[in-house]
Amino acid sequence: MTQSFRLENTGLINRSKKLSFKFNGKNYYGYEGDTLASALIANGVHLIGRSFKYHRPRGFFGAGVDEPYAIVQLYRNDETEPNVKATEQELFDGLEATSVNCWPSVNFDVGAINNFLKIFLPAGFYYKTFMWPKSFWYKIYEPFIRKAAGLGVASTKHDKERYEHKYEYCDLLIAGSGPSGLASAYAAAKNGARVILAEDKARFGGTLLTDEVNIGNKSGKEWADGIIAELKEMPNVTVKNRSQVFGYYDHNMLVMSERISDHLPETKKFHPKQRLWYIRAKEVLISSGSIERPIVFGNNDTPGVMLSSAAKEYLKVYGVLVGKNPLIFTNNDSGYETAIEFKKNGIDALILDTRKDPQSEIVEEAKNLGINIKFSYVVVAAQGYKKVKSADIAKISEDKEVLGEVENIKCDCICVSGFWTPTIHLASQSGNKTKFNESIDAFVPGKSKQNEKTLGAANGTFTLEETLKSSFETGYELSKKITNTDNKTSFPNVVEKKSTVHDKFWCVPLPKGKNYKRFLDFQNDVAVSDIEIALKEGYRSIEHVKRYTTLGMATDQGKTSNLNGLQLVSKIENKVVPNVGHTTFRPPYTPVSIGAIVGREVGKHSKPTRKSPMHYWHEKNNAVFVDAGVWLRPRYYKQGNENLFEASKREAKNVRSNVGVCDVTTLGKIDIKGPDAAELLNRVYTNAWLKLPVGKARYGVMLREDGIVMDDGTTTRISENHYHMTTTTAQAANVLSHLEYYLQLVWPELNVNVVSTTEQWAGAAIAGPKSRDLLQKLFPNNDVSNEGLPFMGYMEGDLFGVKARIFRISFSGELAYEVNVESDNGNFMWEKIIEVGQEFKIQPYGTEALSTLRIEMGHVAGSELDGRTIPYDNSLEGLLSKKKDFIGKRSLTRKAFTAEDRQKVVGVVPLDKKTSIPEGSHLVKDSNAPLPNPKLGYISASCWSVEYDNPFSLAILKDGKNMIGEKLFVMSPLKNKVIPVEIVSSHYVDPKGERVRS
Amino acid sequence: MLHIKCPHCGMRSQNEFSYGGDASVKRPELGKEISDQDWDNFVYNRKSLRGKHWELWQHLSGCRQWIKVERDTSTHEIFNTLKATEEIS
Repeated sequence: MTQSFRLENTGLINRSKKLSFKFNGKNYYGYEGDTLASALIANGVHLIGRSFKYHRPRGFFGAGVDEPYAIVQLYRNDETEPNVKATEQELFDGLEATSVNCWPSVNFDVGAINNFLKIFLPAGFYYKTFMWPKSFWYKIYEPFIRKAAGLGVASTKHDKERYEHKYEYCDLLIAGSGPSGLASAYAAAKNGARVILAEDKARFGGTLLTDEVNIGNKSGKEWADGIIAELKEMPNVTVKNRSQVFGYYDHNMLVMSERISDHLPETKKFHPKQRLWYIRAKEVLISSGSIERPIVFGNNDTPGVMLSSAAKEYLKVYGVLVGKNPLIFTNNDSGYETAIEFKKNGIDALILDTRKDPQSEIVEEAKNLGINIKFSYVVVAAQGYKKVKSADIAKISEDKEVLGEVENIKCDCICVSGFWTPTIHLASQSGNKTKFNESIDAFVPGKSKQNEKTLGAANGTFTLEETLKSSFETGYELSKKITNTDNKTSFPNVVEKKSTVHDKFWCVPLPKGKNYKRFLDFQNDVAVSDIEIALKEGYRSIEHVKRYTTLGMATDQGKTSNLNGLQLVSKIENKVVPNVGHTTFRPPYTPVSIGAIVGREVGKHSKPTRKSPMHYWHEKNNAVFVDAGVWLRPRYYKQGNENLFEASKREAKNVRSNVGVCDVTTLGKIDIKGPDAAELLNRVYTNAWLKLPVGKARYGVMLREDGIVMDDGTTTRISENHYHMTTTTAQAANVLSHLEYYLQLVWPELNVNVVSTTEQWAGAAIAGPKSRDLLQKLFPNNDVSNEGLPFMGYMEGDLFGVKARIFRISFSGELAYEVNVESDNGNFMWEKIIEVGQEFKIQPYGTEALSTLRIEMGHVAGSELDGRTIPYDNSLEGLLSKKKDFIGKRSLTRKAFTAEDRQKVVGVVPLDKKTSIPEGSHLVKDSNAPLPNPKLGYISASCWSVEYDNPFSLAILKDGKNMIGEKLFVMSPLKNKVIPVEIVSSHYVDPKGERVRS
Repeated sequence: MLHIKCPHCGMRSQNEFSYGGDASVKRPELGKEISDQDWDNFVYNRKSLRGKHWELWQHLSGCRQWIKVERDTSTHEIFNTLKATEEIS
């Protein structure tokens, strides 16, 4: 294909580098420096997609972020990405893209029938039609709408690309590298401020790339290039292109997405695809420029109708003609600039100016160049389906209400200019109260809430000289405030063409007998008639009108449509625009990929993975791991073809009959020191702590102030003022914060220090009838007899040269010990225990066997202490001191907590002694009762009792105290199970607790 | 993301802190008689204020100190921060 719309010499593209690409399966060529949009237009392709609702043909409307139409599905390096704007996507060799929202093809789209049904698809159509019958929604309406609507398809594959996050601080963040951005950045940087200058596009300079101006005897572009080159050399300046500052958040934090690799055929090795910057700036300068406003007329969505500034940008930056027979429709001088550019390249444009007799330098120049101008003329409607073929034009009366005779003239594009809308998104996001500026019919930033200032066109200043002057000044003043230096740069002289006032005309009336669709919002197919219906139906607030009609929604967020929508509402409502107000500007300004937001916190990296010092031993010995909070713990050690059930049974049995060893490093450990340590424990735990002797451990339960059990564990008195507290794996962090809260805020008079030592100690639980024999062999110099180291005793020992702490505590209900050594020695300890334990038939056991052991012993754990139960519910009421006060005690007197039939933990055994009971099942009296069947309790934990070789569960049951011996039913609708069960004591094995003391 | 001045460490980002609720709540003294209503107020009843408000934050990923922060709940403006032991004036 030849690039028949490419000019020979103009443009900033690199003609020496030809790039091939594919659009909808067809091959094309473009140049380095093109966007997908400019390359397609150069090849004469204008039909790019179908509209959202009516599936009308869609072309290009803009040349940048404001583009509402040209959204494509992009294919790059074996990945696909939806919702890519062709006007923003830079061309690379081998790029492939397809149209979205059309089926079977963009040229023949079945959905276009909606265009003929549009009378039935007015505003709020979905709300009105798909409401009933209710059952149709999921099965019929929703899938259909999903297929018909939408802007592309998300990839279902894992994204191989890497995305990074970066935190940065600066004195001045400047968003936008147009004249105001460059000038303020330069002035501030020269004065020593730390500056970040961000430009959304690949090229710096903004409008300086397309406007015919002269700064300091250089063209706008030359001046911009010079400034950028100088800024890049300065150590206090960061200059970033392809970087969109898309959100302004609290306390002057802004977020910017940098597209590092999107313009390349594939991401370079070790490079991320995109980087998200969190920037905390002392001051922010918003130099985001302005976006041209369309004028509304019939069929104004036809491909070939586009913004006049976009036509100029395609011409000057890319050397591309959007048409060879252009019609320019304008209410201000900007349209003339586009016509002049066409003329310079040998193309004669016809200008229709809604104004009667404008007088300005630019108009004069156009006249002198012999450009054909019709004053007081409007485009009534565009004609042509997939591309503009002609335009119906007419003279318009002075009051802009009456059209003259309509005539049809040939043209291949209509370039529209309805004046300029300042881009105030960032300012508004910062909390700035925007105000309406009558002279430009648009909102501009008002009073700042945060440290932010808006400059240039974004502030409604449309002359270059004024813009540069105020920007140099602002950059200098702000930097002086921050750096306290006084280095003022001189201001260059500026030559620009003077323009005159625009005409506040924005919507062409319909000619008699015609019912053309006049679109306000091009991305969502919202026409003038839709807004009229919404208002007729009683919607008044602009926020409601937006939601009902979808005006200003979706990926372009109304960049080209909002103001015209407001104009219409204010006209119908007979209000002035500022009284209608605008909808809230919310970040992001442009779509941001989910990948960039997530960054590197994906999958396993979404949280840190903690491994115990014995992890690699577990790995080598076929451990199957389970996530326990942030830790990885062995669930069971697989032997041969064992499954979870078989392995855990074997491991648990071995603990009951011989000896087992379990990695308990993950338990939370808190070191507590200070003369008031005992007093702290006495207040935090429910039982008494003041008389615990040195060298003894005690089990304790702590409550929240509302009486609910927070955590349990043992705490050992290591020496007079030194305690070692253990917490559950899950609550370790919360318990530390809890202690710190009381020590720092409630009882600062207590002289105690607490610090987490979870990761400083490796722990091994040695459990089983032979554990003492093993311990004696491990610590031959210690007296570990029942007298020397009684239950809940503590001593220090020497494990083959390694200092160890030995606790006689038990979670399994067997005679058991816990040995702690410094983490670095963890693996040594573990290997020694395994080695020495061989003669006692030692086996390691995982969390599954650990659970089995504790469940059949009736020891409560996380599944019972679930943040909903009080001590009584867990049969821990014996640990509540009557003599002293403690955290949460007062709450235990609440009526519900003292009810006679209060829930309590019980044991549950199936009557057939065979059927396993699913955790989470409900307990009911009558399995055939009508629904909702009254629930008496729930199964909190289940196991296969290795002691009795039948299933056993713990349950929290209403009036559990009086339910022992009752026959109930366990119901699990999820597993479709009904199991007759008997309620037994929760202490199923060794109810008197003799083994731990043996 | 808020920028909070820790009285011990200086300006830090919000993600280093965790929120701890109303700073004006005083825990009743241990061992003292207290009515159901007063206890209820201490445990459960909080005003959800719009506007200036003293609240607790813990500098969790920093010095681990609990601090008092005077913040406007509607604008997020922070007026003042105090150490745990400093009284709200």
